[in-house]
Amino acid sequence: MIDVSIESVGLIAPGLHGWKQSTPVLRGEAPFQPLPLPPLKPAMLKPNERRRTTQTIKLALEVSDDALSQRSKQPELLSVFASSNGDLDVINQICSALTLDDRPVSPTQFHNSVHNAPAGYWSIATGYQQVSTSIAGLEGTFAAGLLEAAVLTKTENKKVLLVAYDLPAPDPLREVITVNDTFAASLLISHKSESGDKLADLKLRLKPDLSESRMQHSLMEAKRVATPAARSLPLLEALALKRHASMCVPYLPDMKLSIECIPC
Amino acid sequence: MAITPLTISGFTLTNALGQGNDATLSALQAGRSGLRHCDLDDIDLKTWIGRVEGIESTDLPDAFIDYDCRNNRLAYLALQQDNFLESVVRAISDYGADRIGIFMGTSTSGIAMTENAYLQQDSNGHLRGDYNPDKTHNVFSCTSFPRTLLGLRGPALAISTACSSSAKVFATAHRYISAGLCDAAVVGGVDSLCMTTLYGFSSLDLISTSPCRPWDVDRQGINIGEAAGFALLERTDAAPSGPRLLGYGESSDAYHMSTPHPEGSGAALAMRQALERSGITSKEIDYINLHGTATPANDLAEDMAVVACFGEQVSCSSTKGFIGHTLGAAGVTEAIISLLCLESGLIPQNLQTEKPDPALHANLSLATERRALNFTMTNSFGFGGNNCSLVFGQSQ
Repeated sequence: MIDVSIESVGLIAPGLHGWKQSTPVLRGEAPFQPLPLPPLKPAMLKPNERRRTTQTIKLALEVSDDALSQRSKQPELLSVFASSNGDLDVINQICSALTLDDRPVSPTQFHNSVHNAPAGYWSIATGYQQVSTSIAGLEGTFAAGLLEAAVLTKTENKKVLLVAYDLPAPDPLREVITVNDTFAASLLISHKSESGDKLADLKLRLKPDLSESRMQHSLMEAKRVATPAARSLPLLEALALKRHASMCVPYLPDMKLSIECIPC
Repeated sequence: MAITPLTISGFTLTNALGQGNDATLSALQAGRSGLRHCDLDDIDLKTWIGRVEGIESTDLPDAFIDYDCRNNRLAYLALQQDNFLESVVRAISDYGADRIGIFMGTSTSGIAMTENAYLQQDSNGHLRGDYNPDKTHNVFSCTSFPRTLLGLRGPALAISTACSSSAKVFATAHRYISAGLCDAAVVGGVDSLCMTTLYGFSSLDLISTSPCRPWDVDRQGINIGEAAGFALLERTDAAPSGPRLLGYGESSDAYHMSTPHPEGSGAALAMRQALERSGITSKEIDYINLHGTATPANDLAEDMAVVACFGEQVSCSSTKGFIGHTLGAAGVTEAIISLLCLESGLIPQNLQTEKPDPALHANLSLATERRALNFTMTNSFGFGGNNCSLVFGQSQ
């Protein structure tokens, strides 16, 4: 069992734009209206840098800012960036360029194509020089990212920001890769012994044979299964409701991650 | 604070020098490069590559046909060497499959399958329908294929931080074992030649048209290689015999996406952390296997970082002149080279370098040296300013 604490949360998805605005929706106190997101303009990027970055990078940075802006500036911060498929728009553009005669791959797109590109821009924008790990785990990406961030927090005894994000696959990748919605969540995670404001304590366990938790609201459930990063929704709902809850999220084909959420 | 060392009870490496550890060791001892003119179909670039022989003729077992791609064939080929499969079977019987984690690194996994699907789009723009991107193209394929093949049922992760990916897996495995999530771990990395990286690095003018020359005054850039490496990590009380993982350091440059910090500040941070965690001093390191990519900016930044941490005495070399830059597999490749150097008392020469850059001050080994080594370090630095250094030591 790994136990850690959650200090703040970020959330960006159609109809869930920002943690503060989304908590009434997650509590069922306000209607869920999945309207398209407005253009993403993460404050941590300068306008000229924004032009060189992609939607995936902007989404990851904006959701990171949502969690971090709820707390005072951290003197140091470790990070885990989790995405099921990375930047599929960039992969589409590079693979398209490779079909043309001169193979005109754009140098900017190439450096943006590395799976850790959002983490790279994030460290440049924030100045944090600590360990940063970028991971992928298909449907289990959120669980893998949460477990990695929790292990990092626990063993290094430092705060870790988890950023989980996915954007829909563009054509023609949409035919073969099933990421159908935009979703990003971030969690500022601290050691259980850390004092100060906390939203909740989490207890994480690996379980071979539990079934995964679903959302009661049908539109929310549709959102949960549309995108790997949205497998975080049962946890986000428990955090919004400040409710003691246990849930199960997909991790590996033969294993789930069980999360017990205890509000502080 | 020093960490608890782990034993590396088995390891295997396949790259352009051949299949298995002996092929690499004998070429390092002989000063024989595995680089060749780029002879891949579909690639029209004047450069040299580190290509692994035998991938095309490797067949995955029937049950794994969904995983079939160059990257997983390379992984499969590598896993057959050095009794690595037997080591894992023994570990499964000692600990149980659910107590063994697997942590793998890759940069591009099986993206060549998607490149190919785009090249074969039909007239309506539909992709060729007979490939499984989740089991080939996706970064996680690099982990799920060996995990399934080896029959492991513990925690698993795929790390993709460009060229530091498969160095970081050693740190991650150490943390999962420390946290009690597993008792042993398979770590490794696999990256294979593909159009994305060859044309991508070419677009950044970072590809050398001749065999790469790390630390040379006339260095022009990298040669891309491919490789697969695996290691089995266990607690020292359970596995007393074998070289040790003593320390790891991980950092971010927080400077630029594709250019290192000019003074190598992130690289130096990773090296210092690795030393601190290993509980040894900079003077005790006998050999540093440099990241040494042979781009002008990378070697300059790494040189400044090495000199800042170690001064100008410690013996260093880059082995990229033998095998090229294997990107997401570079971390585990050079970790295993460091282990082979420890075991055989070897400091490999910095192959191909004729005129060492007078602006660089690290103690570069231009000729092969034979002497007993107690401690080695290996450096891996990637795009996005992602850095990892590892320290290894002799079996106690």
